[in-house]
Amino acid sequence: MAAIKGDAYKIVDHEYDVLVIGAGGAGLRATFGMAEKGLKTACITKVFPTRSHTVAAQGGISAALGNMGEDDWRYHMYDTVKGSDWLGDQDAIEYMVREAIPAIIELEHYGVPFSRTPEGKIYQRAFGGMTTRFGEGQAYRTCAAADRTGHAILHTLYQQSLKHDAEFFIEYFAIDLLMDDDGACVGAMAWNLDDGTLHRFRAQMTVLATGGYGRAYFSCTSAHTCTGDGGGMAIRAGLPLQDMEFVQFHPTGIYGAGCLITEGVRGEGGILRNKDGERFMERYAPSAKDLASRDVVSRSMTIEIREGRGVGEHADHIHLDLTHLDPNLIHQRLPGIAESAKIFAGVDVTKQPIPVLPTVHYNMGGIPTNYRAEVLNPTADDPDRVVPGLMAIGEAACVSVHGANRLGSNSLLDLVVFGRAAAIRAAEVVKPGSAHKKISEEKTDAILGRLDGLRYAKGETPTATLRGKMQRVMQNNCAVFRTGEVLDEGVKLLDDIYAQRGDIGVSDRSMVWNSDLVETLELENLLPQAVVTMRSAANRQESRGAHAREDFAERDDKDWMKHTVMSMNVDSGETQIGYRPVHLYTLTSDIEPIPPKKRVY
Amino acid sequence: MAELTLPAHSKIREGKRWPAPAGAKRVKTFKVYRWSPDDGENPRVDYYPIDLDKCGPMVLDAIIKIKNEVDPTLTFRRSCREGICGSCAMNIDGTNTLACTKAIEDIDGEVKIYPLPHMPVVKDLVPDLSVPYAQLSSIEPWMKSHSPAPSRERLQSPEDREKLDGLYECILCFCCQTSCPSYWWNGDRYLGPAILLQAYRWIADSRDEATGERLDALEDPFRLYRCHTIMNCTRTCPKGLNPAKAIAEIKRLMVARR
Repeated sequence: MAAIKGDAYKIVDHEYDVLVIGAGGAGLRATFGMAEKGLKTACITKVFPTRSHTVAAQGGISAALGNMGEDDWRYHMYDTVKGSDWLGDQDAIEYMVREAIPAIIELEHYGVPFSRTPEGKIYQRAFGGMTTRFGEGQAYRTCAAADRTGHAILHTLYQQSLKHDAEFFIEYFAIDLLMDDDGACVGAMAWNLDDGTLHRFRAQMTVLATGGYGRAYFSCTSAHTCTGDGGGMAIRAGLPLQDMEFVQFHPTGIYGAGCLITEGVRGEGGILRNKDGERFMERYAPSAKDLASRDVVSRSMTIEIREGRGVGEHADHIHLDLTHLDPNLIHQRLPGIAESAKIFAGVDVTKQPIPVLPTVHYNMGGIPTNYRAEVLNPTADDPDRVVPGLMAIGEAACVSVHGANRLGSNSLLDLVVFGRAAAIRAAEVVKPGSAHKKISEEKTDAILGRLDGLRYAKGETPTATLRGKMQRVMQNNCAVFRTGEVLDEGVKLLDDIYAQRGDIGVSDRSMVWNSDLVETLELENLLPQAVVTMRSAANRQESRGAHAREDFAERDDKDWMKHTVMSMNVDSGETQIGYRPVHLYTLTSDIEPIPPKKRVY
Repeated sequence: MAELTLPAHSKIREGKRWPAPAGAKRVKTFKVYRWSPDDGENPRVDYYPIDLDKCGPMVLDAIIKIKNEVDPTLTFRRSCREGICGSCAMNIDGTNTLACTKAIEDIDGEVKIYPLPHMPVVKDLVPDLSVPYAQLSSIEPWMKSHSPAPSRERLQSPEDREKLDGLYECILCFCCQTSCPSYWWNGDRYLGPAILLQAYRWIADSRDEATGERLDALEDPFRLYRCHTIMNCTRTCPKGLNPAKAIAEIKRLMVARR
């Protein structure tokens, strides 16, 4: 029992070999992989596993299977390095694209209902930035289950988890990591929303698989639950976050609603058009056209709108045209987006174009890790120093395989490859059943104190109000195009908002399903990441991938080919910046490192 | 003796009537079921008048607006807001559906919102779904194959793959499950339409080799045969799927193998 301000909180203790926090694609793959290897595994998740945002991925998962034409993992590697604008770590990228092939075969064997070629193989579609022969031709590399690939994969991974002996703690909200005095992670504290009890999990290895923080922005394709809880916990544990300035805008979010329309639409032949009906991508990316990399397409659309060629009453969006496609193909390959366009834009895609706008979609940045999924806390002497007992995978992590810009369909791949890598590594370093370190009562009390303080917060600012302020500043000051002036203003505005945390007011005092308090804890996770994102962006004086500075329009490999790492004192709001070198070496001698060159599509 | 009225502690009373937003021209009232496990009070219905000119088009937009701007204690599940995660299933205007894809303008008059019917309520619009989740687990919803796995993908013809369309898309929202009178009465023993749809998804998969075993497990007066083709499941499915047809297919296979 811990007594905080006279209110007693009962704590239930648990001991596991491994603790996975999050049950999206990465978390589930890690969870049953660890259970399969004989580790006593717990997975805590704030939503039932199939509600995780992996479910919303549409277009597919990349792997050089070569089912629809020639392909090679080396081409996939080249595309991913180029897509990353040479900020991706090449050892990790090699690991991912090579493991892609067995990983997808494994998914098929688990039962993922992939679409099929006439020969019965996995159907693969064209996607942005995916080429053959190092940029020469268009690759067909993205394995698809119609346009519901994330749903198909997430459900299959949950089914596999049911098959294995992993224990799930569903609708448990992870509050904070438990760190010992030597800087190792020894578990986490969580809150069971269903009955209001608190739980202390001890584990030899804790895995953060908590997803991205898209909800730091006002308009995003991300779910309401994408609040970067792992990043928030890491930052409170004194750990740095890496490359947070790189936020991907997906070219085709539905105008207004923000819901995703897959890049697979363009992979199947869809075309972006301006108010004159012009296929403007031909001007910006003469070779790849509508299938250029996402950062390139989002910038081109933004320029079209800025120069007055947007569509609609306010000339503030773009049309995605599928009307020339065979309705049978739409029915077979793109049924989900046809439904979404109907519901959220009132559009019949066989007859009318979909109104779209670049919309925040993915965080390339996150908790730094190596390709074994181990979390890094770099020092000047050792940029690859491992944090004992802690891993991060999926969008929460920054491995970094996506560098400054992720290619479409590399994200689902990242989830399964590094979820699996985490299981492999955990089996190497964790001895099943070994004794757990003691957790001091003061550490537990400090975490409970924060929870209790927020539960009874009596300030004047409702959580939703403060969250809205943050979201608007991120939207306005940290967008597709950035300048030093606008970013500096954003830093100041966010500092003001950060200071208003002290005035937050929570209305619901219950411990059972108190979603007012959950949203407040989530805001506590979002806010430091918003601050770190804005400050990292203001600091990086170059343009690379998704970070487009109008005042520094070129990439500067001499001064800026390095990862940003930023930590934050959450009490004072002060940040500390550092750097890590990019791994410009590969994992094996099967491929030479890919040297930087100008990125043209 | 049969009790023909609700027990005293279940009677829903009238709750709080929140004030109408000032200056609003188009106001719609949302009547929302509220219940908290903390205070020992009966359930109630609160009235929230909302300015439609300052609200998004979907019912979920309205309840998020209520939570953000009027009453932060209102409790409900939500996540993707685009009809794919299945979190925000609730009973709206008398029908189980997803709040995120249900347009406000399709509802005449006041909008009545209750939790999914016949499930224990945890709080407000949050039902306890642990029974259907356990039932999902009970049908062993994973690929079963006795032949050794090939080094590449198992081949499946496009025609065989098409047999999974209308089945694999289920989002486990349990709108169908909780609309089924048979499930209301026998929810502890009847698997219900959502779970039977999942069961048929594996039976229909050409790669799965456990059809006999799966049918054996369903051959039971309750697990399968409590379906009386009432068809509420198919009528209510927010994804346009047809669980009743999947159940009929299972029954057909049961007859065919006799």
